[in-house]
Parts: sequence; structure tokens; C-alpha cells
Amino acid sequence: MADVPPANSKQPVLEVLEMKSESEESFQTFILHDEDHTLGNALKFILNKSPDVAFVGYSITHPSENKINLRIQTTGKPAVEVLKQGFKDLKQMCAHMLTTFESSAKYYKENQQDDEVMMEQSS
Amino acid sequence: MSHIDDIRQKIQLTEHTVFNVNSTNFPGTYDEYDDVWSQERFEERFQIDIVSLSDTDMEFDMVGVDAAIANAIRRILLAEIPTMAIESVAIWNNTSIIQDEVLAHRLGLIPIKADARLFEYKLKDAEQNTSEDTLQFRLKLKCTRNNISSDAKDPDILYKNHRVYTKHMEWVPLKGQEHLKGIRPVHEDILITTMRPGHELDMDLYCVKGIGKDHAKFSPVATASYRLLPEIRLLREFYGEEAELLQKSFSPGVIDLVETSDGHKMAKVANARLDTCSRNVFRHDELKDHVSLLRVRDHFIFSVESTGILPPDVLVSEAIKTLMGKCQKFLQELEDVTGTKGKHKKGSKKT
Repeated sequence: MADVPPANSKQPVLEVLEMKSESEESFQTFILHDEDHTLGNALKFILNKSPDVAFVGYSITHPSENKINLRIQTTGKPAVEVLKQGFKDLKQMCAHMLTTFESSAKYYKENQQDDEVMMEQSS
Repeated sequence: MSHIDDIRQKIQLTEHTVFNVNSTNFPGTYDEYDDVWSQERFEERFQIDIVSLSDTDMEFDMVGVDAAIANAIRRILLAEIPTMAIESVAIWNNTSIIQDEVLAHRLGLIPIKADARLFEYKLKDAEQNTSEDTLQFRLKLKCTRNNISSDAKDPDILYKNHRVYTKHMEWVPLKGQEHLKGIRPVHEDILITTMRPGHELDMDLYCVKGIGKDHAKFSPVATASYRLLPEIRLLREFYGEEAELLQKSFSPGVIDLVETSDGHKMAKVANARLDTCSRNVFRHDELKDHVSLLRVRDHFIFSVESTGILPPDVLVSEAIKTLMGKCQKFLQELEDVTGTKGKHKKGSKKT
């Protein structure tokens, strides 16, 4: 479910701070609007897991500003590519979590019903 | 198990402090371990066990994720899954003793049984309520005297309609909402206000879709929390009175006393999961150096308590979907950003 309150739809979602020169593409700052520790910390975790990342950190600029600054320094690759890979990894991970959770829930419900039938039969 | 494995996988509780709190399983921290992200390794370890599930409550174990991910799910459950709640109230008449604004606030907190996935967010500058973004209820009630001449002091006998409950809220389907079924407050016995003869309420209640980040009334859960699985290690054997003292230092059911062949009682860890991690054991000098209290870093025991609008398993599914949606949204944005950057490059080369 990707729906977001439409009140924010006019504002930019993602900003990439402009580089001073082409050589700086391996260290960049991104501004993620309308995000907080929920995505920030998850993203920091997954990016830290990447061998291409030398540093990653995020901060909430001010409690009343609804955005985070994300800083990525890589060992050479363009930071944009590393961030993209981070989102892909996170998404793939969530997809597996979702299928696992839903099959567990289904399995639990089916067995629960079986138990109830057994209870009724025995009583 | 090696000392390094313990640092990586366990959090240690001691008398006054907690050690190894932060995750350290990142590439570059340890020489002998490959900590680079791997989906295959994640899928191999990841596991979900549902312990209990009802219409309102759920407990499940989530094994093999980092706290950052588990916390993201918990935070989304609390603040980012939409529900419908009363947002504005047109008060035509309110002669009860509760003030208009207090009454409106109380009404806002009532959980409304409606699937918010079927609705749209109301636009900020929208003037009209539409069937896609609004649910309407009507609450009209007058308290009267019950014509029974008795000496009764009980208000239930003396008055009619002196307690206003959520069951008195009547759903008014807007044009195009005829297909919706079972729109009502989750509970029919929430007391809204009390009245005396002559008091009267006449109100139109408008529900909109919203999220907990905006106002807690939109939160779909009463609580959503997790704790880490406790692990207790007895570093030597405990017999007799010492064993009983050890048993008393933990929650009931954690330590079992087993009889040895020579008739002594020996302490054994039966079920560490039941422990509250009170650390009471460290108050006894004779025990504290011989017990190690740990928690498993990647074993989360989730507890989700729904307000009754959606079942808790649906909420957790929605939470994971929301996190996926966030990733998808930013992937799309990044596609756009890198796309336009390429164009700029071409332009600069021409000049």
C-alpha cells in the first residue's frame, strides 16, 4: 500500500544535494521528505551491510521539520547507485518477510480450525 | 560458543548495566565473518512463529531480523496504518453538561469499524464530503423522565436515555455507499456522556481516513511492542536452598527443580521465555557471579493488540507492505532523479 496523505503530494519526495564536481559522486547527501526513524534507521542498517559503503548516517534536522538528511560515502561507486541497491535489498527483504508472515498466519488459522473441530468431536 | 559469537548474537544483562547493545554484524567489523547483506542467508535464518492469534490480540516470534527492521514494523503499526475516525462534528444541539469541544474530542477517539483501505484521504482544500472519503453518523438523543411513580432512586428506572452509548450512533450512508456493510463503532457500549431529563444531543459526525502520525485516534493498535527472547545460563550447579532461592529470583516457571539420583534438588532452566528479566538474581551475592543473563539479539517476541477495526494479522501484513511501499516510492524517485541528471549531462556537453 503506497498511498500517502495527498496533502504532501505537492512537495518533493526526494532531493539529491547538488555536487560541486563530478568527482564527488561517491559521497552525497540526500533529503528524504516525510520520513523519520522508521525508514531512516532501516535504511542505515541495510546500507551498512553493503561492502561498497564507507559511511552512512542520517539525522532529523529539526523536530518540527518532517524530513531526514541521509549521508552516504562509498568506496568508489556512485552514491546514488548504492542507495538504489539499498532500497532494492530492503524491498526484497520485506517481500520475503511478508510471504513468510502470511503463510505462517494461514497455517496457524487452519490448524486452529482443526483443533476446534477436534474439540467439538471429542466433547 | 565462542566469545565473539556471544558478542554478535547476545545482549548481556548485568547487575547495573547492559552490554553489547548495538548490532555489530556489519562488513569490516570482524575478520572471520562475512557480514555482507545476502538475501539467501536472510531467507535461511528468517522465521515467523505465531504463538496466539485472536480478533484483537496476537503474539508472534520474528527471528532473524535486525532491531532496525523490527522497530520499523512496530513504528509503522503505531503511526502509519490508516483507519477511519471522527474528524469533525456538527453540533446542532448539546444541552448536556459536557462541553461541545470536549464531547467532540471524546467522539474522535471512538474506534470505527470500517476498512480504511476502501477509502481515500480527504484533500486538504476539499469543501464537499464525498462517498470516497467520508463516513457520516448521526447522534440524536433526548433524555426524558420515565413516568413511573415510585420511590426509586436508581436513574435507570427514573429516566429514559440518560446514558449515551456508541450504540446510539446511527450510520448514515452517503450517496454511493449503499454497498458498504457493517459500518458501526467497534464497541456498542462505550459511554459517551450521561444526561438528565431535558438534556438533548443532536449531532452529525463525520469520519475521515487518517494515520496515527497525524493524531493518535487514527492508530489501529492499542499497543504494538516487542521484547527480545531471554536466555539464562547457569554457570555452575545449584542444589537445595540455593536452588530454591534461584527459582524465586526468576518469574514463575523459568527455573525447575529436578531431583537428582541422590535425592537433592537441582536447579535447571525450564523456560527462559517466561522471564521478565527483572535481574533479581543479581541481588543475591552467592548467586550473582554464577548466572549469566542474556537476550537473543535477533529473536523478537512481538505483541500486537488491535483496537478491533482490523484483525492484528492483517495489520502486520499491512505494516510490512507499507515499508515495501516506501522503498518502491523512493526507488521510483531515484529513477526520475538519475534520469534527469543524465539529460543535464548531455546538455552540458553540447555547450
